[in-house]
Amino acid sequence: MEAFKKLDSTAASLQVANIDTDQIIPARFLKTPRSTNHGEFLFHDIRRDASGELDPNFILNTPENKGTQILVADTNFGCGSSRESAVYALFDAGIRCVIAPSFGDIFYNNSIKNGLLPIELDRNIIEDIWQILKTANNTNIEVDLENQTIHLPNGQNFDFQIDPFRKQTLIEGLDDIDLTLKYRQLIEDHETNNAAERPWTATVY
Amino acid sequence: MPQTLFEKIWSRHVIVEREDGTCLLSIDRHLCHEGSFHAFDKLERENRVIRRPDLTIGIADHYVSTKAPELGNEEHELRVPIEKLTANTKKAGIQLYGIGTPEQGIVHVTGPEQGLTLPGIILVCGDSHTATHGALGCLAFGIGASEVAHVLATQTLWQEKPKTMRINIDGELATGVVAKDIILHLISVIGANGATGYMIEYAGSTVKNLSVEGRMTMCNMSIEAGGRAGMIAPDEKTFKYLKDRKHSPKNGNWDLAVTDWKTLFSDADAVFDKEVNIKASDIAPSLTWGNSPEEALPVTGKIPDPKNESDMSRREALEFTLQYMGLNPGTSLKDIEVDRVFIGSCTNSRIEDLRAAAEIARGRITQVPAIVVPGSAMIKKQAEDEGLAQIFIDAGFDWRATGCSMCVGMNGDLTPPGERCASTSNRNFKGRQGPGSRTHLMSPAMAAAAAIMGRITDIRELEPVDL
Repeated sequence: MEAFKKLDSTAASLQVANIDTDQIIPARFLKTPRSTNHGEFLFHDIRRDASGELDPNFILNTPENKGTQILVADTNFGCGSSRESAVYALFDAGIRCVIAPSFGDIFYNNSIKNGLLPIELDRNIIEDIWQILKTANNTNIEVDLENQTIHLPNGQNFDFQIDPFRKQTLIEGLDDIDLTLKYRQLIEDHETNNAAERPWTATVY
Repeated sequence: MPQTLFEKIWSRHVIVEREDGTCLLSIDRHLCHEGSFHAFDKLERENRVIRRPDLTIGIADHYVSTKAPELGNEEHELRVPIEKLTANTKKAGIQLYGIGTPEQGIVHVTGPEQGLTLPGIILVCGDSHTATHGALGCLAFGIGASEVAHVLATQTLWQEKPKTMRINIDGELATGVVAKDIILHLISVIGANGATGYMIEYAGSTVKNLSVEGRMTMCNMSIEAGGRAGMIAPDEKTFKYLKDRKHSPKNGNWDLAVTDWKTLFSDADAVFDKEVNIKASDIAPSLTWGNSPEEALPVTGKIPDPKNESDMSRREALEFTLQYMGLNPGTSLKDIEVDRVFIGSCTNSRIEDLRAAAEIARGRITQVPAIVVPGSAMIKKQAEDEGLAQIFIDAGFDWRATGCSMCVGMNGDLTPPGERCASTSNRNFKGRQGPGSRTHLMSPAMAAAAAIMGRITDIRELEPVDL
């Protein structure tokens, strides 16, 4: 997994609440293997008009947002289906960080597992950021995961929270399966004890 | 120290607790469907071994054709994920309930039905509606592909302990009000992210009085309120439901298990991070009108007017939703005509759901195309034996084979662009049932009534028929 330490990129505002993972990537693309670039599938149906042409008004279709790595989104971003392909689509389109007032829980976890940083901030701060991105000379946001801060183009800084375990896996680009297998003995002991206490759960009979 | 039901189950499964509170949990049961190919591919790339294949069960549901299931799907590209599931489970030595087996069905219907879901366990699946299983008193939640791979490789998961929320629903339900109406009402009250970060326990006399099937409908849509898991303390109804199921504990283990299961409830003075109280008498037959499950109203309601919304961004969002849904402010929900009807999905495809829909369909004729998709092969057979299938067929419904069907928009069953579907599924998202589809979520009886009348209908006002 790609490590995430710092990021300095333009940012795009997506001011719509409850962007579900069906909108991030429609179901018909979910059979695509990970080895295929998922970037083309990102927001596939909502960034196009009825004739299938890219809608020039959609935020990620504008020339100034080409190559942007940061999305500043609204409440409940990534709600709905657990499809990890939603994160693949964001990641392959170059997005490395989504800042929003809240996230779907499964989407949040999936992001961490793929080197994409979800940052939760109060909605009033998000509203300020949208305003700053609209009015500042540039839309560059610096994200510093080690120090848990973001720096806005108008000089303002905001701290953010992330739990230490997830922070560590992101910074080190760590695959947690390797970490977990170091506890193999404890896992086996737990299973042995469980089989003695609750034998009906020990295997599928 | 008094504990919640959730804490009792959680603490049994902690293998390692880090200083920051993140826990390594043992996983008792893992269900996987066709979408798991991402996880199997990852393990293959990393040359990893599947640690406990005996604790995973494969079930084909998402890509299965409900018209020609024996082929998997008539379109070859839709058969590929089913073939991958067959190959991956075979190679790993994982039991598969594939197409044509008597156990096959929607993963969240089959799990409880086969006794794979048991009180007190932790059950996971790469699907957000895994909370369904919590209706039997277990901790069940949806995970992404990387976590599926982690479970396959280790039979564990790292999890941050969620906050707990108890939702108390008390009182008698009015005539025509069912579990689907309760959950739609609840989501409209607490919002689509009202339970984000929380583990929900549903409690109260109304929940106690629901059937196990009804409880599953409620827990199923926990994710639509943002809750990753929903659960209900097991009781005699739960035990009766599980007795003699294929994988339920047998012989001496059954008595041991029931003794243990009877300890699974929230202690009287257990403390929840949040409590919500709902009065059953406030709930009417309900449906959604927008593109978020929180946009639900009683069937007697009217489409809201953006002009009444003072927050500009919310007003714009509402205008956009009404444009997408092709609806005008102030329209009575009962005046909305539908183009087709879908009765099925892991929310509402169990025998009780089919009985409720058949009760409406009996002796009447559909006005619009309508399909009924049973939740499992077993339910299909039971419905045929009970005569329900014939009622549907006589009324003009299309009686299909089991699968996720028109809920997920990935197996050929789609609502065409611009068409309006009365659906018993769980998501009314833009494009969920197919690009440009317009979905109204409701109960099986309400959906059947919409098929008969060709429009949204209050089942309490349906004229009786001479049989």
